[in-house]
Amino acid sequence: MKKIRIGSGAGYAGDRLEPALELLKKGNLDYICFEGLAERTIALAQKEKKEDPTKGYNELLLYRMKQVLPLALKHNVTIITNMGAANPISAMEDIGKMAQEMNLSNLKIAAVTGDDIHENIKDYLDLPILETGKPLNTLKNQIISANAYLGCDGIVTALKNGANVIITGRVADPSLFLAPMIHEFGWRSTQKELWGTGSLVGHLLECAGQVCGGYFADPVKKEVPELWNLGFPFVEIDSNGKGYISKLEDAGGMVTKATCTEQLLYEIHDPENYITPDCIADFSKVNFTTKKKDVVYFDGATSKVATETFKVSVGYKNGFIGEGEISYGGANCLKRALLAKEIVEKRLALLPYTILDLRLDLIGINSLLPNQKLTNEPNEVRLRVAGKTKHKIEAQQIANEVETLYTNGPSGGGGATKKVSEIVAIASILVPKKDIRISIDYTSI
Amino acid sequence: MKLWEIAHARTGDKGNISNISLIVHCINDFELIKEKVTIDRLKEWYGNQVKGEIIRYEIPQLGALNFVMYEALNGGVTNSTALDKHGKTLGAQLLNMTID
Repeated sequence: MKKIRIGSGAGYAGDRLEPALELLKKGNLDYICFEGLAERTIALAQKEKKEDPTKGYNELLLYRMKQVLPLALKHNVTIITNMGAANPISAMEDIGKMAQEMNLSNLKIAAVTGDDIHENIKDYLDLPILETGKPLNTLKNQIISANAYLGCDGIVTALKNGANVIITGRVADPSLFLAPMIHEFGWRSTQKELWGTGSLVGHLLECAGQVCGGYFADPVKKEVPELWNLGFPFVEIDSNGKGYISKLEDAGGMVTKATCTEQLLYEIHDPENYITPDCIADFSKVNFTTKKKDVVYFDGATSKVATETFKVSVGYKNGFIGEGEISYGGANCLKRALLAKEIVEKRLALLPYTILDLRLDLIGINSLLPNQKLTNEPNEVRLRVAGKTKHKIEAQQIANEVETLYTNGPSGGGGATKKVSEIVAIASILVPKKDIRISIDYTSI
Repeated sequence: MKLWEIAHARTGDKGNISNISLIVHCINDFELIKEKVTIDRLKEWYGNQVKGEIIRYEIPQLGALNFVMYEALNGGVTNSTALDKHGKTLGAQLLNMTID
């Protein structure tokens, strides 16, 4: 029976590269997928593209591909990534140029586009925002981008046409992994268990190290061997959808029922109805079986027919965040930090504009969960102040009111930092699938 | 007993929604967390961090509960003024909960 191996090469835009290179060298892979496009990343990338039309793809993409391409060609591994972000075409062209300079050949690079619907956003202003229920119209003048979460279709077509490097923009994370299974095994969307299983595999692998013991270790209770040398996972799966998740033997980390269960439920709401562009996956009956060390078999996934809509992430400008921090240490530091907090609060209250979501937290005490009791006397504590404003200069003032505590605040404040950032927020809407046209461009070397 | 003794957790975010999985180390403890770690208990535990409703899903064959908490992330990662905008640290806070 036909089997394939798909590796996971990145779990987010800035992920480590070394584990991916190890997988390429020793994993006997057929495919490797690099996921690197969080909800907001694409909006920031669109902003970058507006400033320079040749930019807007993942800033580490060329760095990655320089090391990945020779190994992928040597071991005959096809690369799939959504790191094309806002500009898959430029990413394809730049990878092509780099490959030529490296004297590589036998590459067919594809760029899958169609997710960018910003041009047509006026047609959707009456749609409700999923997060708030208000019409999109309410953000009309702030919108800077709109990208649909595409499914596996474009990638499957590119694979059929012989591409061995596929660069996409906004494609749903599990779809990157489902695509090669559909292409290799010819699974039809009416085969509910198979599409559900393919989506399960994609979901388990999309965060790379997270299924191998990353974001998992908790000393004594949940020991992970050699976490410093954490490996990335791969799946071996056959045309009946039977298979397992594993890692390289000499890589650190571990794949167990527990790591798989945590990742199964990661960013999932109702396990029976996990909506992807390809199907509504049902993970409610999934189970894992460990057959040998670091080899975990999966079963029990299924799916229902996909919805008629794509989720679209609409990026919009939403003012600025100003943040400032300062530390207090040694004797009576908590009281001095609380005095500093009170001072900043009073100074900010005098400003003639509105600050939204103002937070004055003590890092080490209550910055992660509010309303913690201030019972202990720490040896050091750090005040953090953050708030949102309409204009940049106002956000700067919030940050400054922390720094000025140096000479205008309690005794012994140190290590002040300040930061001002423009907020690019995301609102989601559902757009009919029939409105979206997927295109694929190719470059051969 | 702290939940940390018998269970582990992972936190994820989607927009302003946080989800926390709570998974027992030993399947025999599943009934216990099902009984003790109720939605009401979570609402009390997270206080005004969670402004919307909480839904609990059960995945018995994996010894897991999945809590979905609405309006839990100060507007979500793209809008929040919190230090931990994803709320990734919230799950471990749950493991501090004491159960009888």
